[in-house]
Amino acid sequence: MNDPIIEVQQAVKHFGGVPALDGLTLSIPAGGIYGLLGRNGAGKTTLIRILATLLRLDAGRASIAGHDVTTDARAVRQRIGLAGQFTAVDGHLTGRENVVQFGRLSGLSHRAAKARTDDLLARLGLNVAADRLVRTYSGGMRRRVDLAASLIGRPRVLFLDEPTTGIDPASRREVWQLIRELTAEATTVLLTTQYLDEADHLADHLAVIDHGRLITEGTPTDLKDRIGTAVIDVQVSTHQCATALAALETLAPRYDHGRDRMSIAVRDGPETLQDVLRRLAAAEITPTDVALHRPTLDDVFLALTRQADRCTAGTMP
Amino acid sequence: MTATTAPGHRAARAVVDTGVLIRRNLLTNVRLPDVLILSTLQPTVFVLMFLYVFGGAIQAALPAAAHGEYVYWLIPGILAQSAVFGAAPTAFGLNTDRTSGILDRLRALPTARSTVLFGRTLADLARNAVIVGLQLAVGILLGFRWHTTTGLCAALAVTLAFGYACSWVMAYLGLAIASSEAIQAAVYIVVFPLTMTSSVFLPTQTMPGWLQTFAQHQPTTVVANTVRALMLGPGALPAGHSLGGELLTSLAWSAAIVAVFAPLTVRAYARLG
Repeated sequence: MNDPIIEVQQAVKHFGGVPALDGLTLSIPAGGIYGLLGRNGAGKTTLIRILATLLRLDAGRASIAGHDVTTDARAVRQRIGLAGQFTAVDGHLTGRENVVQFGRLSGLSHRAAKARTDDLLARLGLNVAADRLVRTYSGGMRRRVDLAASLIGRPRVLFLDEPTTGIDPASRREVWQLIRELTAEATTVLLTTQYLDEADHLADHLAVIDHGRLITEGTPTDLKDRIGTAVIDVQVSTHQCATALAALETLAPRYDHGRDRMSIAVRDGPETLQDVLRRLAAAEITPTDVALHRPTLDDVFLALTRQADRCTAGTMP
Repeated sequence: MTATTAPGHRAARAVVDTGVLIRRNLLTNVRLPDVLILSTLQPTVFVLMFLYVFGGAIQAALPAAAHGEYVYWLIPGILAQSAVFGAAPTAFGLNTDRTSGILDRLRALPTARSTVLFGRTLADLARNAVIVGLQLAVGILLGFRWHTTTGLCAALAVTLAFGYACSWVMAYLGLAIASSEAIQAAVYIVVFPLTMTSSVFLPTQTMPGWLQTFAQHQPTTVVANTVRALMLGPGALPAGHSLGGELLTSLAWSAAIVAVFAPLTVRAYARLG
């Protein structure tokens, strides 16, 4: 692992008494894509806004390439690019004018800004539409201009805050492709997402955060080792719950009270599914529902944050 | 990108960046046809409406310098009113940039933070200059004439200085208040009393005493009086006022407004979340 380019230590940020960041500590290596995975309200956007010098920390510290985001904000701004949740480009300017303008404001000369804009727009497939007003662009094109505007200053760190939220599935793949291509451009990409598959596809390293705290950190492979590649959900009637849990005990089922089901994280889905059904049949239990699916973000949190639970509904003491 | 920059280089950059942002903000007016049409039509309609609605009834109350023609009273007043009205877009423009995320992008760039505020207020000053010129042109068509070119230039300078000062009030409202509806309300609370309770449309003498005190001393009246005296001669001033005194007071008002609201605005900008 390289030297960390982003360091966050004991970061605390409250909004009206509600903690958005609650002592978050992270060390992000230079190079590649780092994924920040979390549900809505986990503190992802707050962290990005703090690192982009838009918000001040209540406590703790954060730095980019050794420059403190609070005391050395200007140096930080010279090294970052920000693509927020919503595209932030001027609709009444052309794509080219937008990118050149933000290049100028990043400190490039007019000539350098123009040359680099041409290059970026061509690579983003916008050279044909470059001289049309952005308000005539499709959502996907706007996203691409927004990315170009974020990259024009050759940032060492590019923040991508939920780049595919609210984007249709086809454009989503397109944006993923773009992000992968752009990794060469900005040395490090910090990507936030609430989609597990997105983090899996793009990120070299991952941090899972919840309630403003770090839950776990590692490569997507590490994470998958812990949550499996598939999840089997089994639902039985409440009075058979204890028996079912006992029958499946060696598979480490987790009992989810809220949804009244047990989940088993597995690596080889179909094979284990057959095993599960055999065990249930042997225990003379007919499940009310069985499902095999890829792990969702909920499964990740269930796997990482909750201990295997006991059946407390009715029959078990 | 250069990592270290000398202070002189930084100042030069700030000027260049302000220019980039002025251009961007002015293009909004030109590229959005509805904005362009409405923002030029509205001031024209104002002139015609006030002239023909109030004109007949008011003539008797006018000082001799108005030659018994309401247009002589109205046009300088309208210019002062425009200074206030024309500043309102500063608040709306900043709020739009805030909600669209542009302000976030700008704040994360290595440009000096003042450039965004100067880029906005100076672009609105240029826009205001066009509107004031337009209203003057309409006035000329309706028969308005001024005495000396020097007086005219000085009058326009006083008007635009006041408009620029008002832009800082509006910039503060636009940043300190988050919701666009609330900003709209706040802007009207400032704009209407300032323009209506003034000598813009009528001499203030017929207002009730307590209101007269406010109306005679508030900046829009002082600016309207100054502009009138510069264009039509000191005879257009209320009894006991001198052109020099009025001119100084109006410039002092503009300077004081900037002195109070520019720091407040900069602070509000720095505190955006």
